[in-house]
Amino acid sequence: MLLNQFLLLAAVLFCVGVYGVIVRKNGVLVLMSVELILNAVNINLIAFSTLWGLAGQVFALFVIAVAAAEVGVGLAIVILIYRNKRSIDIDELDELKG
Amino acid sequence: MTALLAQLAPGNFRAPTLDFHALAPEIVLLVTLVVLVLLDSIKLERARASMPAVTNIGLLAALIPLVTLAADGGTRVMFGGSYVVDPMSLVLKALFIVSAYVVVLLSTNYVAEGDYWESEYYVLLVSSVLGMVVMASSRDLIGIFVALELLSIPAYMLAAWRKGDVRSNEAGLKYYLMGVFASAILLYGMSLVFGVGGSTRLVDIGLRLEEIGTEGVPVVTLALVFVLIGFAFKVSAVPFHVWAPDTYEGAPTPVTAFLAVASKAAGFVALIQIVYFCFIVRPDIIQPIFFVLAVLSMTVGNLIALRQTNVVRMLAYSGIAQAGFMLAPFVVAGELPVQSRQAVVIYLVIYAAMNLGAFAVVIAIARKTGSGEIESFGGLFQYMPGMAVALTLFLASLIGIPPLGGWYAKFSVFKVLVEAQTGLGWATAIVMAVNTAIAAYYYLRVARAMWFDDAPDGDTTPVKVPAGLTAAVTLALVATLVFGVLPGLLSDLTSFQPLALGG
Repeated sequence: MLLNQFLLLAAVLFCVGVYGVIVRKNGVLVLMSVELILNAVNINLIAFSTLWGLAGQVFALFVIAVAAAEVGVGLAIVILIYRNKRSIDIDELDELKG
Repeated sequence: MTALLAQLAPGNFRAPTLDFHALAPEIVLLVTLVVLVLLDSIKLERARASMPAVTNIGLLAALIPLVTLAADGGTRVMFGGSYVVDPMSLVLKALFIVSAYVVVLLSTNYVAEGDYWESEYYVLLVSSVLGMVVMASSRDLIGIFVALELLSIPAYMLAAWRKGDVRSNEAGLKYYLMGVFASAILLYGMSLVFGVGGSTRLVDIGLRLEEIGTEGVPVVTLALVFVLIGFAFKVSAVPFHVWAPDTYEGAPTPVTAFLAVASKAAGFVALIQIVYFCFIVRPDIIQPIFFVLAVLSMTVGNLIALRQTNVVRMLAYSGIAQAGFMLAPFVVAGELPVQSRQAVVIYLVIYAAMNLGAFAVVIAIARKTGSGEIESFGGLFQYMPGMAVALTLFLASLIGIPPLGGWYAKFSVFKVLVEAQTGLGWATAIVMAVNTAIAAYYYLRVARAMWFDDAPDGDTTPVKVPAGLTAAVTLALVATLVFGVLPGLLSDLTSFQPLALGG
């Protein structure tokens, strides 16, 4: 049974994704890091479905579909920002604070 | 895979039985959504004026099946326990729909006068409410995840609503990035929950967790922590609150009211489902986590609220502190499951009434002053006494002064914390009492400006308040007063049978 290897791979991907979200300054790269986390989730779900049956694979399909919708909205918001500020560096977004 | 194919073979496939009465509120909302989209695409600009009316009628129509379902009583279980319509979910659905109705009343003039994209606004609002209503009934990881995204994705777009305004853009992007990050972590937690529990159905996971006992503590803890991070973001609990003040300030104020009340309540509903139907068997893990979250949220939220000069930001931090109060009953979930769940629901309902009311008054006053700074509220009592009295009552209710609703909300939380007779329960109650006193200071500061200060620019001509806003303030005021004077009404409504736990 190779379950542990898959779970380790997912854990590594998860960590890389979290690191990317925290460190990256570019809005699109942050989105890509979130996608890495979601891939870790999918690997986990499918690995576990070898133990528990189809529910995990169905869940993974839902994750893929919803993630696509999420990224669509996210890119739209990033384009909005780019039109108004000519930059997608999230550190430059400092109009609101306190 | 072969099992799936065998299921799909002709003759083997059985469609699940649908209980259309139980699904009627969702169906009505879905029909409203479709009507709004069609109206917009067929009649274009001419339909703009009728959009709020259609939305309101749709939301009110969705309340009718809720009433008939409540009159029917009992628990309706669908899809093998993945979708349950029980008395608790009915109360929560009514809460979401009524809150959305009030938000539409708040938005009507704001959106129409701002020359923004009205039709899309109401479509997004209704689809977010649909997600919340589905959330109230989901008893399955997949259902909770899909409902969470259905309510969040439209909310991201609503926050970034004023397309040309950099502040609104920034509010949307901050909310979006924190939101997707939190939901990715939540999903990772859910995948671990699935791995440990062996099912996506909460009840089955709960049974399995009970079976394995204290075995596998690290992975169960990790799973719960990740899931909680996801929802802690949604309810803006410290340390996952950083998005809330910025998003609340930058987003259009009616949207802020929606996020602060309905979206937060939906996060709590998801927490209730996960904790009370699944992790309730492991109080050793949930108690310390919720203790830390609750105590941090109320303390940090209140302390930062003290030095805010903008009312919307102050309400954002006060909302963080209130989230801490609502997280408190979870600390004793293991000892008193039924009572602590009731305390959370009572707090959610009363919080919705008083907070929506406060936002309604702030929106009404911003029509004159155009700002949310506390100084701009000076002299309000001289030229708009009605609004000044209403806002004072809402703020007093948020502090928890009897006989207003907030008093009973706080009382029910204290009661359950003390009755549990646990160390952590007592500790939470003490921190909460101290925080209630701190909160009085910043709420009353706004009241003092309204009653005793002079108008900053000497301009005391009253502004005309549209009928929708007046109706919203009245509705919230009546609810706040009624729940405070007749608390028995709400406690009867929320005294759910323990039986529903097995739903």
